[in-house]
Amino acid sequence: MQQLEINNLRVAIGESEIIRDLSLTVRTGEVHAIMGPNGSGKSTLAKAIAGQPDYRVTGGGVLMDGENLLELGPDERARRGLFLAFQYPSEIPGVTIADFLRAAAQSRSPEGEELEATDYYAKLYEKMDLLDIDRSFTSRSVNEGFSGGEKKRSEILQMAMLEPRFAILDETDSGLDIDALKIVAHGVNSLRSPNLGVLVITHYQRLLNYIIPDFVHVMVQGRIVRSGDKELALELEEKGYDWIRDHAEEPVLV
Amino acid sequence: MSDNTAVLEHVKESEASEAQPTTRTILSGPAEDTPDQPTWFRQQREQGWQDFSLLPNPTRKDQPWRFSNVDVLNLASYQSGNLPSDHDRAQILEQSVALDGKSGRLIFANDHFLERDVLPESLRKSGVIFQPLERALTEHEGLVRRYFMTQPAALGSAKFAALHRAHVRAGAFVYVPRGVELDLPIEIFHWLADENVAVFPHLLLVADETSKVTVIEHFRSVEKTRHGFACGVNDLIAGHGATVKYVCTQRWNENVVALQINATTVERDASAMSLNLHLGGAYSRFESLSRLVGEGARSDLLALSVAHHKQEFDARTLQDHRSPHTTSDLLYKNALSDRSRTIFGGLIRVERHAHFTDAYQKVRNLLLSDDAEANSMPGLEILADNVKCSHGATSGQVDEEEMFYLLSRGIPEIIAKQLIVAGFLDEVIGRLSNSLIGQHLRDLIADKFRLDATRAAIAA
Ligand SMILES: Nc1ncnc2c1ncn2[C@@H]1O[C@H](COP(=O)(O)OP(=O)(O)O)[C@@H](O)[C@H]1O
Ligand SMILES: [Mg+2]
Repeated sequence: MQQLEINNLRVAIGESEIIRDLSLTVRTGEVHAIMGPNGSGKSTLAKAIAGQPDYRVTGGGVLMDGENLLELGPDERARRGLFLAFQYPSEIPGVTIADFLRAAAQSRSPEGEELEATDYYAKLYEKMDLLDIDRSFTSRSVNEGFSGGEKKRSEILQMAMLEPRFAILDETDSGLDIDALKIVAHGVNSLRSPNLGVLVITHYQRLLNYIIPDFVHVMVQGRIVRSGDKELALELEEKGYDWIRDHAEEPVLV
Repeated sequence: MSDNTAVLEHVKESEASEAQPTTRTILSGPAEDTPDQPTWFRQQREQGWQDFSLLPNPTRKDQPWRFSNVDVLNLASYQSGNLPSDHDRAQILEQSVALDGKSGRLIFANDHFLERDVLPESLRKSGVIFQPLERALTEHEGLVRRYFMTQPAALGSAKFAALHRAHVRAGAFVYVPRGVELDLPIEIFHWLADENVAVFPHLLLVADETSKVTVIEHFRSVEKTRHGFACGVNDLIAGHGATVKYVCTQRWNENVVALQINATTVERDASAMSLNLHLGGAYSRFESLSRLVGEGARSDLLALSVAHHKQEFDARTLQDHRSPHTTSDLLYKNALSDRSRTIFGGLIRVERHAHFTDAYQKVRNLLLSDDAEANSMPGLEILADNVKCSHGATSGQVDEEEMFYLLSRGIPEIIAKQLIVAGFLDEVIGRLSNSLIGQHLRDLIADKFRLDATRAAIAA
C-alpha cells in the first residue's frame, strides 16, 4: 500500500496563512472527502500539494510514498502519480485537447520513445465514451468556451488518461446538474481501484451520495476540525457548518 | 477525380546553362541582359538601377524605418549567385517538398531555375499559366508587361524595389483565366545556397474574374550559416470576384538579411488573403500594401513571427481602402524569445468616398523573455463616413495559471511553453481555413521550437 501524507502543513499566500497545521493521510484504495465552507482553504490545500508556485509552504511536509513532494516541481509531482482536478480549470487558447493530452502522456513515456498512436486513441475514445463526451471534443481548444459540465468532464477524462496514484478532485461537482453529476461520479467510480487514492473536495454533501467516501473530514479556517465516516457528511448537511464551528474539537476562530 | 487534381506530370527541365563563374557584386550595376529579353524589360532594369542609385539610404529618422536596424542594410558584400554545386542541387531537389498535394511546383536556387512540376493538362488546357518569369517574358510578354511591378513600393522600400527591378531574373508568373479554379496550391521554392549570394525572388500572380487560386512560396537556405541577401517582390492581383490565397514561409538561415515587398490589389467583390510565416533571417523586413480598389473587395492580412536569439522582424503595412463597401482585416502575431525584436508599423487608410468600409487591425505580441522587445505603431487615417474601424496592439507574457495547468499534467516547462506559444499562434493559422497548409505551418513552427529545445537541453 502506498500513501500520500500531509504532515502539519502550513501554507501562506502573500502574508496571510491560509493552511494552518493540517495533517491527513490518504492510502491507495481509499476515498477521503474534505468538506468545508467557502474560503476555508480547500483549494489552497489542493494547489499547494500540486505545487502552485504562488502558494508558499511555511511549515510541515507532503510525502508521497515517503518522497518529499515539496522538493519537486509541479510537473515532476504529476509524473510521479499526482493529479489535481481543478475547481476552475484554465483555458488554453489554440491548444487542442488531443495535443494537450498527447503531450501529457508523452511526458510519461521513457525518453526518446514515441507514444503508440493507435493504442492511445483507442484508450482515449473508450474513456470519452465512459464520460459521455463527443468525439469532436478532442479538436476543441482546452477548456475554451466549455460549459461548466464540459470542463469538469474534461478534468475527469484527463484523470482517466493519466492514471494517477493519488487524485485530488476540487469541487468537481460544483455547477453541475444532477445528470452531469452522475456522469462525473460514474467516471470517478469506474477509476476506483486498490491502486488509486482519492481526495474529494466538496462544499455540498450531494456528491458523496454518488462517490461514497471511506472517510470524511471537515475543514474550517485552514485546518481539519473533525473527521469521521460517511455519516459525518450527512450530519453536516443536516446541521450546517455552524454546528461544526460550535462543536469543534479545538477552538476555531470565526 | 476532378480535372484539377490530375496526377502531376513530372517534367525536369535543365534550362540552367553551364555555371558561369562570373559573380558580380549587386552594387556594381544592374544584372546583365540576356539576348531574348524584351526591350521594355531591359529598360526596366536600367530604370531600376538609376532609381536605386538616386534614392537615399533609409535612416531610423525616416518614419517608415523607425525602430529598424538599418545598419544591416549594407549590401556591399553581396553578389549574384551561380548555379549551386551538384551536391547542393541534389539536396535542394530532395528537400523542396512541403505539401502532399499541389497543382504545380517551381524550384529556384541562387536565382537559377532548377526544376518544375508542370500543371496537370486539364489546367493548362483551360489556360492557366504557371511559368518561370524569364520564360513568361517571351511567351506571354503582353500579360506580364501589363502587370509587372505596376504597384508602388509605398512603405519605405522604394529604393529596394528599384534594386529588385534592376536585378530580378528568377520567379514565377501565375495567370488564372476567368472562372478557372485550382483545387490544389501552386508551390514555389527559392533557395539561397552559397556565401554572400543575393537573390531577388519575384512573384506575379494574376487571378482573372471569379477564378480561385492558392499559391505558397517557400524561402529557404541550404546551409545554416552562410550569409545572404534576399530582396523579393510579390504582386498579387485579384480580379473581379476572384479568390486569391497567398502563403509565404520564410525560413532563410539566421545570417540572411531579407526584404519582402508585397502589393495586393483587390478588385470588385474579390477576396485576397495572405499569410506570411516569418521564422528565419537575421533581419527580415516585410512590407505589405493591400489596395481595395473595387466595391465589395475584401483583404485578409495575416502574419506570424517566431523570433529568437537576436532576430529582428520588421513589418510595415497599409490597408488602403479606395472604394466603398470594402473590408480589410489584419491579424499579426509575434512570439519573441531571447533578445529578439519585432516592429509593427501599420496604417489603415480610408480614402474619401470609401464609405461603408470595415477595417480591422490587431497585433498581438507574446513576450517569452524579459529582454525581447516588441514595438507597435498602429495608425488610422479616415477620410470617409460610415466607417467601422478598430485597431489595437497588445503585448503580454505567458499566463502563469495556464502554465501551472499544463505543468500539473506532467508536461515539462519547455514543452508547456511551446504548447502555449503554438496555441497563441494558431488563431492566425485557423483563419486560413486550409488544413493541408495549416498543418505544414504548424510543423515548421514546431521545428523551430525543437531546435530551441535541443539547444536548451545541451545547455543544461
Ligand atoms: N491567489 C490568492 N491571493 C490571495 N488570497 C487568496 C488567493 N487564493 C485564495 N485566497 C484566500 O485564501 C482563502 C482560502 O481560499 P480557497 O483556498 O480558495 O478556499 P476554498 O477553496 O475552501 O473556498 C480565502 O480567504 C481566499 O480569499
Ligand atoms: Mg475552492
